[in-house]
Amino acid sequence: MINLAVRDVLHSWSKFVLTGVGLGLLIGVTFSMAGIYRGMVDDGKALLRNSGADIWVVQKDTLGPYAEPSSVRDDVYRGILGLPGVMAAANVTYLTMQVNQGVKDVRVMVVGFEPGQPGEPPYLVAGRQITRGHYEAVADVRTGFAVGDTVRIRRHEYAVVGLTRRMVSSGGDPMLFIPLRDAQEAQFLKDNDAIVSERERTAANPSLNRPGVPGLLEAVQASQTASRSVNAVLVRLQPGWEAEQVAEPIRRWKHLQAYTLAQMEEILIAKLIATSSKQIGMFLVILAVVSAAIVSFIIYTMTLGKIRELAVLKLIGTRNSTIAGMILQQSLGLGLIGFLIGRTAATLWAPFFPKYLLLLPEDALSGLVLIMVICALASLLAIRAALKVDPATAIGG
Amino acid sequence: MAGRNWGKRIGMTLGAAVVLGGLVFVALRSGPMAPIRVMAQEVRVAPIVESVFGIGTVEARRAYAVGPTVPGRVLRVNVDVGDAVHAGQVLAEMDPVDLEARMASAQAAMARADHAVDAAAAQVRDVEARVRLTGRNLQRYEQLLGQRLVSPSDAEGRKQDSDAAKAGLQAAQASLAAARSDQARSRADHEALQKQRANLVLVAPVDGVITARDAESGTTLVAGQSVLRLVDPASLWVRTRIDQARGGTVTEGQAASIVLRGRPGEPHAGEVARVEWLADSVTEERLAHVRFHTLPERVSIGELAEVTLRLGAAEQALVIPNAALKNEGGRLGVWRLDGEGRVAYQPVETGLRALDGAVQVTAGLARGDLVVTHSERELRPDDAVRVADALTGR
Repeated sequence: MINLAVRDVLHSWSKFVLTGVGLGLLIGVTFSMAGIYRGMVDDGKALLRNSGADIWVVQKDTLGPYAEPSSVRDDVYRGILGLPGVMAAANVTYLTMQVNQGVKDVRVMVVGFEPGQPGEPPYLVAGRQITRGHYEAVADVRTGFAVGDTVRIRRHEYAVVGLTRRMVSSGGDPMLFIPLRDAQEAQFLKDNDAIVSERERTAANPSLNRPGVPGLLEAVQASQTASRSVNAVLVRLQPGWEAEQVAEPIRRWKHLQAYTLAQMEEILIAKLIATSSKQIGMFLVILAVVSAAIVSFIIYTMTLGKIRELAVLKLIGTRNSTIAGMILQQSLGLGLIGFLIGRTAATLWAPFFPKYLLLLPEDALSGLVLIMVICALASLLAIRAALKVDPATAIGG
Repeated sequence: MAGRNWGKRIGMTLGAAVVLGGLVFVALRSGPMAPIRVMAQEVRVAPIVESVFGIGTVEARRAYAVGPTVPGRVLRVNVDVGDAVHAGQVLAEMDPVDLEARMASAQAAMARADHAVDAAAAQVRDVEARVRLTGRNLQRYEQLLGQRLVSPSDAEGRKQDSDAAKAGLQAAQASLAAARSDQARSRADHEALQKQRANLVLVAPVDGVITARDAESGTTLVAGQSVLRLVDPASLWVRTRIDQARGGTVTEGQAASIVLRGRPGEPHAGEVARVEWLADSVTEERLAHVRFHTLPERVSIGELAEVTLRLGAAEQALVIPNAALKNEGGRLGVWRLDGEGRVAYQPVETGLRALDGAVQVTAGLARGDLVVTHSERELRPDDAVRVADALTGR
């Protein structure tokens, strides 16, 4: 049996394919949009995964360290290390800042970590891990740094000794790992001019610079420059312990907030990127509606373009279901071509996006089903027009 | 007509096949089914030097603060920052205020005491003369009494005269002694003032260089405040802070390389002169003092220095890069590559760690074993991997 739909498409296949390509690019945009959302979620999950922690200990009553600022004293980890079930606990600091990279500057999240402890970059793509306790850095490849570069953070220059990848903040900024002591200093240390003028201000204060008390001024000034804070303590559990078992005593007795991995994901995904994800969801709905409208208009104009042929078909007694089937098949075919091209295009242009794009196979599958449903619905208008064609047009026209 | 249609049909099928093939290729290359790209390296035997890195500041081993021992006002300061001084040199003087007048008064008191001694001595001589006279009189009267030429009452009167003169001598001698004590006291007073006067002159305790001039003439200071500070430049060393996690094996005599912040490309040789018993418990750092073998010129106190200490070395060590070292489930280990492109976790024990990233393996690996150094993402047991030359760059 001759397939009417295929015969008709073959009649003007270039036009059909070009229409499919156009539709495909639109679908590609839709997939990219979904990919952006998935990428945002995955950025958050990567942040948690790569920190290698089971529990995050942060300042009481905050959602820190990613969603809210958090500050805890850097000796808190010693008390946590003593709790049963804790295998490792390490201080970590996070600070988002601009750093110069060649002629341009790049936004990075500076992570202060202790080598060999949770918070260390878990894998490298080039170079080595940090061996010196100061002035060495490991950068995410997206920062644009290469091994051997130097990067200036506040007062010190750091040598980039290793590169890693997929180490991003929840906002998608690539990370720059430096030793904890340096990071603490970078976070709280001011520039030289500020330090000098602060010293002068203190010296001008008569109650802190008394003539009869030698050494007081020096003591006050020394106490002003010290920094004893970190943003969070990352805790790794001994095998066989439940996170909540360990987190509960920390909350109760240490007067700190402790989040398990599940709670942290909830914070990052439900709270931090909630508005962005709604925004993208709205955009996805609009794109789906626009795609549906375009498919239906295309099919409709294609049908109108062959009114005369349809009239002839009707005149020779073709059944309505055959004509409807032909239009439906063409519509679904268009959808299929669009899906293939869209999915491929989205994959090909994904690496060029500045932020991470994650295309999931299950998203592609549900996308395919959705496209097919939309195409089927879109063809209804054209089918209705085709069925209303008067066979007489074939002769009269 | 039919042939043309067939041609078109073949063309379309080919096109569809290309698109589908592309999709499958993309899925296999970058999808979840793709093997993870890794870089691998053989475990090799190489010499290794373990070093530790610390940050320090240049400090003087001996620093001297020169100041008055009593409150006072600075009269003049003779030297300035940077001047080289020798031991005993007068650096500054304190204002003596009323000290000169008090010394004049003490001198006068001393002269008066001398005169008092003279007067007391004369008194003694006078009384002595009287004692001699009354003694002779008494002798004469006793002879006359024996010849019964005088009455006993006359003789007793002479005896009484003689006794009174002897008592007077004792009194005169006592007042002479008192006058001498007085003289000694006023001499001592004078000496004390002289010493106080000398104390107002601030002298250099050692040969050194002036590092600070804390007070100018006219400044009033309390006891203990310094006017000038000086250091012994030969005693400069670097107070180095080393992370406690790495500095456990730092000992005296270890070789050090010191790079001053002002001259980054110029390492200076030195050695650990002292490891402090007291570590910094707040910053979790050990303190070690590192001495220069030869002191660099124009070094400033307080200058930041980067210090690398050589802790140990091995000539023949199994060496892996530290990028390969992971911590899975609390155990140090590496991902070992088998022949079929799969990875397995191999726990290892490590020894020396070099600053260039080399790590000595003491157990768990053999020479020639292939370990994963870099990977695109975190590995799991039995992950399929593909070895690449580089992971960066498109």
